Formats: sequence, structure tokens, C-alpha cells
Amino acid sequence: MYTQAMDIPDVAAKPAGVSRTPDAQDAAFEARIDTDGRIEPQDWMPEAYRKTLVRQISQHAHSEIVGMLPEGNWISRAPSLKRKAILIAKVQDEGGHGLYLYSAAETLGTSRDQMLDALHSGKAKYSSIFNYPTLSWADVGVIGWLVDGAAIMNQIPLCRCSYGPYARAMVRVCKEESFHQRQGYEALLVMMKGSDAQKAMVQDAVNRWWWKCLAMFGPPDADSPNSAQGLRWGIKRIGNDELRQKFVDATVPQAEVLGVTLPDPDLKWNEARQHHDYGQIDWAEFWATVEGDGPCNRERLATRVKAHRDGQWVRDAALAHARKQQQRKNKEAA
Amino acid sequence: MNTPALKEWPLWEVFVRSKQGLEHKHCGSLHAADAAQALHMARDVYTRRQEGVSIWVVPSAAITASNPDDKGELFDPAADKIYRHPTFYAIPDEVGHM
Repeated sequence: MYTQAMDIPDVAAKPAGVSRTPDAQDAAFEARIDTDGRIEPQDWMPEAYRKTLVRQISQHAHSEIVGMLPEGNWISRAPSLKRKAILIAKVQDEGGHGLYLYSAAETLGTSRDQMLDALHSGKAKYSSIFNYPTLSWADVGVIGWLVDGAAIMNQIPLCRCSYGPYARAMVRVCKEESFHQRQGYEALLVMMKGSDAQKAMVQDAVNRWWWKCLAMFGPPDADSPNSAQGLRWGIKRIGNDELRQKFVDATVPQAEVLGVTLPDPDLKWNEARQHHDYGQIDWAEFWATVEGDGPCNRERLATRVKAHRDGQWVRDAALAHARKQQQRKNKEAA
Repeated sequence: MNTPALKEWPLWEVFVRSKQGLEHKHCGSLHAADAAQALHMARDVYTRRQEGVSIWVVPSAAITASNPDDKGELFDPAADKIYRHPTFYAIPDEVGHM
């Protein structure tokens, strides 16, 4: 995605006075943001804007990659060949999304290795939702319906992000994400037409995931110090609370069609607000999971690190092979 | 076991022709050890849903780009040459479509 590795003429080599002063650069950047313009990798940008984007895009990429694990657990146990093929395709998509996003982050001057190191050392965060276990097959359906549904709510506004490569990556991601949500919902519909045990399994999965999905939108705007700056820069387009409300309003009728209850006694339509009211999210539990004490944090990270280490010889071998081929070509040419 | 000489796979830019008759369009980038692997991976990463009939991969380092700071001097001169557009010329209505 318009890499940083491209050969751009050295700015320092230009005659003095041609290069713009820092103030002028800053003003040009702000003016472009004010007119809802896009920023591209080679454009000047404030350090804080760059840092915020690297953090957000790399966290997003890590979430896609770690997100392969909870569902990957069910590939070998999918109830039919059809469901297995669908799940493999979905998990492969998540891997692809991670790759689009790593590429987008790299345009900001960070390297793939740096980002992976940050993930593997526990320094970088990923979405907390993946630190909960997938206990039954219904969890796979609920992840598609609710987790991916919440992710879509979050991601659609990012297609208009002020940073070009991120926005373009998100357009690709969102196109594919719709399949993820629909396959999950459809799998649940099938289970809800099944035995009482299957219906109970779906309800149990919904009960366990519902509140975690609401927390996915992040803390209330009032407690989210980065939110305002992100909105100002056009990195974020819609606040956490508004997105969460949209998700609740969209999900309630879907739950009715499915025939499940959302586990919130306070959830009801508010005629005056023209929105659903909902209960209190357990933020203490959310933050404990973010800080590393969720049920699966250690397991997820360990699985990720092991996969990376186990693959090291493949990466080395591919590079060694490429070098050997190149040397042979050079020799033949000489 | 880790030889220090071995590091990250180089970066490649990926261009995909979505259908016969259309141009190749830039769609993203990826890391790969060599061109053959870059093609193979581009297929998996960027064409999982029949998005293409042909792929180009180009080493990112081989691309020379214009400098954004030069945007003004490169592209602004075209702004006052409106006579390069067909709409600059008034043609009587009775001539019809031209």
C-alpha cells in the first residue's frame, strides 16, 4: 500500500529555501484535515498523528491475526464439511485482513518485525474479545454474528479515515466482513431449528458473548482521552458510545428473528430517544482483560509466539533459496 | 541458528487486472523472499474471491515516486491551460454533437 520503501528523491538534496518550514507544513496538514482531505504516506504529518496511526493500525492487525485462534480451534471439529469449508475460508480471511493492515502500518515507517516483536513481547495490545474461550460450536456462530457484527460497526467509518492506506485496507476488509457476519447468523438459525439442546447451546453462547461485544466499542467517550483527538484528525469518525448504540439497535431485531434473548434485563426500547436503553457494562472486568488477566490472554499469546518461532526456519529457508537463485543467475550472467 | 544476515523478506507492490480488457491496478503490498513467492502469496492475499485474472508484483524499492513537496511545480502548470479541454471551445448548437 504505497510503501515507504519507494525511492523518493532526498529532500535534503534540494536547494535551501525550497523545503517548507515546520510551521507551514503543520498548517498545510491541518488545512487538509479541515477540508476532509486524505493524507498519503509520503506527505508530511505530525509525529503524534503518525504514532497514533501506527498504534491503532498495528493493534487492528494484531487483532485480526490473534482473532484466527479462537475460531481456528473449531476447524477440526466443525459439524459438517460445508461448515468446515466456510470456517477455513473465514479464518483465512482474518489472516488476509491482518496482512492488509500490517502493510498499511508499514507505510508509516514501522517494520513488520517491529510490530510482531511488540505483539509477541506483550507490549502491543489486540482486541480483548479474543481473550475469551470458544466453548461450543455455537460460539463460532455467535462470533460471526455478534463479534464480527460489532467489528463491522467499528470498521465501516474507518473506510473514510483520513489516512489513505488505512482507509483503502478497510474497504477491502469491510467487503469481506459481511460474509463473516452472515455465515455466523445463518449457522445459528440452523441450530435454532434443531433440538432443545442445540437451542440452549446458542442461548448460552449469546449469554457469554453479548456483554463482551458491547465492551468492544471501547470505554464511554467521556473516559476515552484519545477519542477527541482521533475524531479531530479524522482517524476516528464516530464516537464509541454512538457506535455501541447503533450496534444494540441493529442487533435487537436480529435476536428476535433468531429467537434468542439478549442477557440484559435493562434492555428496552426508549420511545423518547428512539433508541434502545441498555444496562451497565462491567468495565472493571474489561480492563482486567486488557491488562492481561482475561481467561485466555496467556494461551493466545503463547500460541502466537510458538507459531512464529516454529515458522522461523521456513522464512529463513525461503530467503536462503532466493539468495541462492540470485547468485546462480549472477554467475550465469557473468 | 539465526544467521544475522537473514532478515525480513523484502516488500513487493501488487497490481491486479480485475478482468480481461482492464488495466492492472495497485491493490496493496506484501513481503516475500522472491518474485515467484510474491506472486503466489499475492494470489492468496488479494484474489481469494476471483478479484483478478492477472497479477504483477514489483519490488517496492524499484519504484521511483514523485515527491509530494513538488506537487505544486509538477501539476499546477496544467491548471491554467484550460484550452486543452474540449469544453473550452464554443461550437454553435446547430452543429450538433462534436
